[in-house]
Amino acid sequence: MARMKFLCDAERCIECNGCVTACKQENEVPWGVNRRRVVTINDGVPGERSISVACMHCSDAPCMAVCPVDCFYRTEEGVVLHDKDLCIGCGYCFYACPFGAPQFPQAGAFGLRGKMDKCTFCAGGPEKDNSPEEYAKYGSNRLAQGKLPACAEMCSTKALLGGDSDIISGIYRERVLKRGKGSEVWGWGTAYGKPDNPQARPPQGAKS
Amino acid sequence: MKTLLGLLFAALVTAGLVSGCGEREQVVVYKQGKYQGKPDTKPWDDDPASALYTTSKWTPGDKKGWEAALTARNQSQNEYTRAE
Repeated sequence: MARMKFLCDAERCIECNGCVTACKQENEVPWGVNRRRVVTINDGVPGERSISVACMHCSDAPCMAVCPVDCFYRTEEGVVLHDKDLCIGCGYCFYACPFGAPQFPQAGAFGLRGKMDKCTFCAGGPEKDNSPEEYAKYGSNRLAQGKLPACAEMCSTKALLGGDSDIISGIYRERVLKRGKGSEVWGWGTAYGKPDNPQARPPQGAKS
Repeated sequence: MKTLLGLLFAALVTAGLVSGCGEREQVVVYKQGKYQGKPDTKPWDDDPASALYTTSKWTPGDKKGWEAALTARNQSQNEYTRAE
């Protein structure tokens, strides 16, 4: 299996916020924390585009690079997760992230910044899979249930695709070929632009 | 003997002074297919029967089975194949 990725089709997103609602409901995300949100560019202008944004689980995640306590890790499926027991809530990851994914719950009399919370690709955290402890800290672990992220599976127009990169890019490719436009994928290059193996060359000869 | 001890002492002091100058890699480099980081259970180690409303089936510990189940589920996002 290749890596888990998100892909948002701006031609299809209708700004319904179904993905945001699905995420909130599935993971019981606290008030003030938005693991996923819909961003509209040129709002109100003809030709406006909306995109659903969350943690993209980058190939070379800047949050992982800047974390002073090294609380991030990446699973075999390429999902970027973090350990809330190690997080000190410093906020470096928020400044490093090109997508504004890390969220910080504000709590207490002085608006104390809590531990970072972000999209987990519905893959939980270091605690035992599908345990109450994991659910309380990170939300649902749908991957361990053989499901895909709730946001992508609930998307009514299938603008938001989530899952194995080979499959979702194949779905998108077929879609672009049928409609003949809209091949640009917002955020894809920023998140996954750097190849895993820069030395790799495409096979010579016949096309696969 | 005294010179040797002196040299040994000087070497130890030098080693102690420069020991903080070492530089180790601080940026995490991800290697495709290699698990990296905190102890975490693998999603395929779980029993799918314990999950509510799931359609995926695999035997616990069967990575290929889990991947196949997820691949099949992934295809449900493709309405071109669903509609045909």
